[in-house]
Amino acid sequence: MNARQRDENPAGIHLPLDPLPGHTSRGRLERVLRRGEFAVTTELNPPDSADPEDVYNRAKIFDGWVDAINAVDASGANCHMSSVGICALLTRMGYAPIMQIACRDKNRIAIQGDVLGGAAMGVANMLCLTGDGVQAGDQPGAKPVFDLDSMSLLETIRIMRDNGKFLSGRKLTTPPQVFLGAAVNPFAPPYDFRPIHLGKKIAAGAQFVQTQYCFDVPMFKTFMQKARDLGHTEKVFILCGVGPLASAKTAKWIRSNVPGIHIPEAVIKRLEGAQDQKKEGKQLCIDIINEVKEIPGVAGVHVMAYRQEEYVAEIVDESGVLRGRQPWQREIRRDDQIVAERLDHILHDEITETQVDMVKTAH
Amino acid sequence: MSEQQPTVTQATLVKKAAPKSDYKPADVSPQRRVQRTFAVRLWSIRHSRLLEWFYSRFADVFLLLHPLWKGIGYGRVEAPVKFVEKRVKGFMFDCRMCGQCILSSTGMSCPMNCPKQLRNGPCGGVRANGNCEVEPDMPCVWVKAWEGSRNMVHGDNILTVQKPVDQSLRETSAWLRVTAQAATARETTQKAQNTGASA
Repeated sequence: MNARQRDENPAGIHLPLDPLPGHTSRGRLERVLRRGEFAVTTELNPPDSADPEDVYNRAKIFDGWVDAINAVDASGANCHMSSVGICALLTRMGYAPIMQIACRDKNRIAIQGDVLGGAAMGVANMLCLTGDGVQAGDQPGAKPVFDLDSMSLLETIRIMRDNGKFLSGRKLTTPPQVFLGAAVNPFAPPYDFRPIHLGKKIAAGAQFVQTQYCFDVPMFKTFMQKARDLGHTEKVFILCGVGPLASAKTAKWIRSNVPGIHIPEAVIKRLEGAQDQKKEGKQLCIDIINEVKEIPGVAGVHVMAYRQEEYVAEIVDESGVLRGRQPWQREIRRDDQIVAERLDHILHDEITETQVDMVKTAH
Repeated sequence: MSEQQPTVTQATLVKKAAPKSDYKPADVSPQRRVQRTFAVRLWSIRHSRLLEWFYSRFADVFLLLHPLWKGIGYGRVEAPVKFVEKRVKGFMFDCRMCGQCILSSTGMSCPMNCPKQLRNGPCGGVRANGNCEVEPDMPCVWVKAWEGSRNMVHGDNILTVQKPVDQSLRETSAWLRVTAQAATARETTQKAQNTGASA
């Protein structure tokens, strides 16, 4: 029916791609970034349910608009479906998930096991996070683990991949082939340490980074200037975090309740002055994307539209960051199509097949 | 990465649903570790250069005493040394006795005081005023570490990627461990030099 899409394994969409020289993973995101294309990633709002359809429906709205989907690991320390579970479902359907691993909930034994399990399922990208403190979430009585930190987690997975060994030195028979990511927040103090801290993450193994929400473009520009001066942009792909604000009220709430997100006064003024605040929030996001995509060293954007996922496609489309490129999208394969047509025929066309009739026609 | 509901979060709901009681523990954070004052800890960070100089002399003296420690037996001196170390470092840096001290790489700000026990740099949740996300009254350990490291001669040690904490070394003496390791390193280099000279 369709010609094979770029970055798709002809033997099956759920299978890893052919290895390429200089690539550490066999996934789509690394290919897009290394080709020099402007990448778009987004976040899947994890369901509070055990129904796989919930995950598929939430992933479907990103079809053809994003290069990879973050499977969040209990963000904000709130309990949801696990990132490993979401990744298992998404890889089955051929999506390119970025498996987030937060150090808050698991110790090094569990984490290394999940890395192997994830890689075996076909997860090609992993994002190493420290994780929010348990006090921020719905279960403040939980024990905060923080056995590793984001840096030593990066290093652990890098050692597993490149040296084929566990942290203990025990050998792996097949090392995980993953593209390693980290998070950076240029908008929290100590500001002058942040670019250097990024260098440290690169040394530990980060190949791409996603930033915290960027609402203050001048501040991000200074950060990028420093990162370029230190030569980081040649070693790491930086995806700038962006997202629509639903209203001025939400913006104010985030500013005072979510540590690490910096929203300047001008942004709140602009939202307050708008007739339709939700629309203005979306427009603001598009404007920020248009500004950051011009900054040298920015390799893509990470669109976080929590509970506004339906806007991701519009934001990506209207900002024109894809420059006419169409990211991979799930299509019905030819054999599936035939089965579907046959099923349709059996279910909807009135054909009564009784065993007596069948015996008669068999002679 | 973050929640965007206005007004009510899951956390507030949980907090509201908790049974009411007359007893509200004072000065206690979710981590059960809040203290009234951080004055001594902050003093140590402000004087990181002096402490760095002092510590390198102190480590030399300890290494000089290696034959003595070995004579008595490291096992026997452990208890008194640990007693002193715990109290001195506890007073100066609010030491948590992880047993693998990296104060000289972190601007004399003990990273184990970070509620997330980060040993490689700040998390993304540092408040705009430079305080901790988890304990709003405490200055971020890593903001202070960066400030402290800028005063030090070997302040760029903050750039080395630290290995994960070895939990089996908790409540042991870092001083004795470092001394014993330095002595072993010295012996092996001497041996290598001797064999090199004789060959």
